[in-house]
Amino acid sequence: MAQPSVTEERLEHLQHHFIDSDQQFEASKMGMWIFLVTEILFFGGLFLAYIVYRAWYPELYLLASEELHTFWGAVNTVVLIGSSLTVAMAIRSAQLNQIKGLIINLWITIGLATVFMVIKYFEYTEKFAKGILPGAHYSYEGIAHEKANIFFSIYYMMTGLHGIHVLVGIGLMLWLVYKAKKKVFHSGYYTPVEITGLYWHLVDIIWIFLFPLLYLID
Amino acid sequence: MATNEATSNVKRIQVRRFKPEEFPEKHYLNEEKGIWAWMTTVDHKKIGLMYLASITFFFFIAGVLAILLRTELLTPARSFMDADVYNQVFTLHGAIMIFFFLIPSVPAVLGNFVLPMQLGAKDVAFPRLNLASFYIYVIGALFTFFAIFTGGVDTGWTFYTPYSATTGGNVMAMTFGVFILGFSSILTGLNFIVTIHKMRSPGITWNRLPLNLWGLYATSIIQILATPVLAITLLLLTMERLLSIGIFDPALGGDPVLYQHFFWFYSHPAVYIMIVPGFGIISEVISTFSRKVIFGYWAIALSSLAIAFIGFLVWGHHMFTAGQSSLANMVFSFLTFLVGIPTGIKIFNWLATMYKGSIDMKAPMLYAMVFLFLFTIGGFTGIMLGALSVDIHLHDTYYVVAHFHYVMMGGMVMAFFAGLHYWWPKMFGKMYSEFWARIACAILFIGFNMTFLPQFVMGAQGMPRRYFNYIDQFQSFHVFSTIGAYVMSVAFLIMAAYLLHSLLKGKRAPSNPWGSRALEWQSSSPPPLHNFHHVPVIINGPYDYHKPMSEFQLGIAASHNGHHHHGEEAVTVDKSEKEQA
Repeated sequence: MAQPSVTEERLEHLQHHFIDSDQQFEASKMGMWIFLVTEILFFGGLFLAYIVYRAWYPELYLLASEELHTFWGAVNTVVLIGSSLTVAMAIRSAQLNQIKGLIINLWITIGLATVFMVIKYFEYTEKFAKGILPGAHYSYEGIAHEKANIFFSIYYMMTGLHGIHVLVGIGLMLWLVYKAKKKVFHSGYYTPVEITGLYWHLVDIIWIFLFPLLYLID
Repeated sequence: MATNEATSNVKRIQVRRFKPEEFPEKHYLNEEKGIWAWMTTVDHKKIGLMYLASITFFFFIAGVLAILLRTELLTPARSFMDADVYNQVFTLHGAIMIFFFLIPSVPAVLGNFVLPMQLGAKDVAFPRLNLASFYIYVIGALFTFFAIFTGGVDTGWTFYTPYSATTGGNVMAMTFGVFILGFSSILTGLNFIVTIHKMRSPGITWNRLPLNLWGLYATSIIQILATPVLAITLLLLTMERLLSIGIFDPALGGDPVLYQHFFWFYSHPAVYIMIVPGFGIISEVISTFSRKVIFGYWAIALSSLAIAFIGFLVWGHHMFTAGQSSLANMVFSFLTFLVGIPTGIKIFNWLATMYKGSIDMKAPMLYAMVFLFLFTIGGFTGIMLGALSVDIHLHDTYYVVAHFHYVMMGGMVMAFFAGLHYWWPKMFGKMYSEFWARIACAILFIGFNMTFLPQFVMGAQGMPRRYFNYIDQFQSFHVFSTIGAYVMSVAFLIMAAYLLHSLLKGKRAPSNPWGSRALEWQSSSPPPLHNFHHVPVIINGPYDYHKPMSEFQLGIAASHNGHHHHGEEAVTVDKSEKEQA
């Protein structure tokens, strides 16, 4: 990534314990990467549960995944990939000192993330209505497998936790818009935009794994 | 990514000697005043002290619980508490000691205080995150208290399913508390890794990094890789109780052994979170009090990383009797033996460091000796438990209890005390009574062995752990063990007394009472708010006792006095080694 040059002597962002902007930027970025590693391990537990139960009951996964709407899942995948593009464009705008472009791109990203959540909301409510609830509350009769409840427990845990991450991302980007409007960011300082972008890409990538694993089994 | 490697490897900087100011008037403890300044401080030293106060509190609580347990075990039948109460008390003793005392003890208290100073940095990379992780710890603690006062928890600290999913009490609040606590641990580890990578003073290359920092680095890696798995495990357990999702509950089609795999994938590495930073302290203390360069620097540094790595591959040895395949058992048993190698490497290097050194048996060194003795016993008995056939006999007996107390208390707690006594003068600028410190250490050593040695024998004879009753033949062992616990509490009372006395009326400490070459001792005691009034420059290894002290007190000559004023410090130099003169 471009080197934040300190041409215009704006250093109010520099915290007292860093020597220069470079050091601060590099430290923040490394911190975010490490945080993403912890996120991967956090989700890793759920992926492991998925793998274990799929190895035990392969036919269950085939049956149960037919209850999921591949079309809406695919739409959501496109929506999230699109939002990854716009968040990258937001970072680009910040690097080029185009604050207006930064704000517009952030708003588009927030919009796409909201679309994702709305689609997810309709998917969930449709299942709840049928009685597809996690674990012991499961009452749907349409799947001929005694462990169907386990599949949906895993489904709800994975997509639910992912959904919470999307909501956190929306919150972060609203905060970025607020900061950008207050003219905090410029080409010499856009660290929060950069690391929020990293976070958002991870949220996107996790969905890219969830979509085929849950929806596209057949 | 932006570096100037190509241009600046030979850049020269002017250095001069900065002698630390003795008995400074102004230091980090009095530069900002008032309770609010403490609560909102982002200074790593003060955050370390706030952690110290918190873990002391929890150590006291869990210690009292231990005394209650031992007192109950004086007689084979009921002495003064019911079986249910006993279950809750041992659960809380274990959970509080592990999650609230041992895990934060060295990294969050001593690590927080010392790490930036050993790097010559003004603070950790993310000071606000550091403060946040303290408050996350406090919130986790509040949840735990809520659990205790709304029904308690009787599952043991491991929260095994399906019992934990169905028993009464408030398991959910407890697991949620531990879940929150995990984030505190993750954020501390994250902060340390970034700080070690990015905030080193000029001249601190990877082979001049104090071994304490290698220990903390390895610990941080474990913290960030293992703790998220505990988080998801406890979240699933919480959901199990809240929504009956059934992943771990056989009644709903789930698998309880899967829970054990998940849990130990964190909790075995967590055992190394509780010991590896102790190794770092022991390296510092032994070198300082032997006045000798550490023997096998890289062997000690890399063996910490090796332990961190192998530690991720041995979790199955907690489940030898849980119905694992015999192939898995053999593999896990073999990998468990491997942990003995890097651990042995460390012990031998420490002994070799002392060989022909000028050993000064001050209190920190005494604790380090106690550590070597007790931890070695703990380590060897661990190897025995890792042997498959032996473990079938010893599993879930007092032998296991004795083993992990030798490792955790004989190892980590003694290392913590070694570190606490070593850095106490730096932290508070006061000396403690050397005489009483030695007395307390000796009593602690005797009491500890009285308590836990008989438990090896009992365990080998078949006394199961976590039982409230026992058959008469074990009574003499239990009584002896309980008396040992009382002896230990006397040692703790003495320690509390002389440390308190030191705080209130202790003699002012000089900046470097032990004559150490380490960087944190080249600042005044207590240090100024930003640790150093200059940017330190390092030209020697941290244990080069054969070189004069003046070479360890260098700093950039041109720099203005350290603190405040943002922009002005964006001076010429950045990382990488320039000064090789």
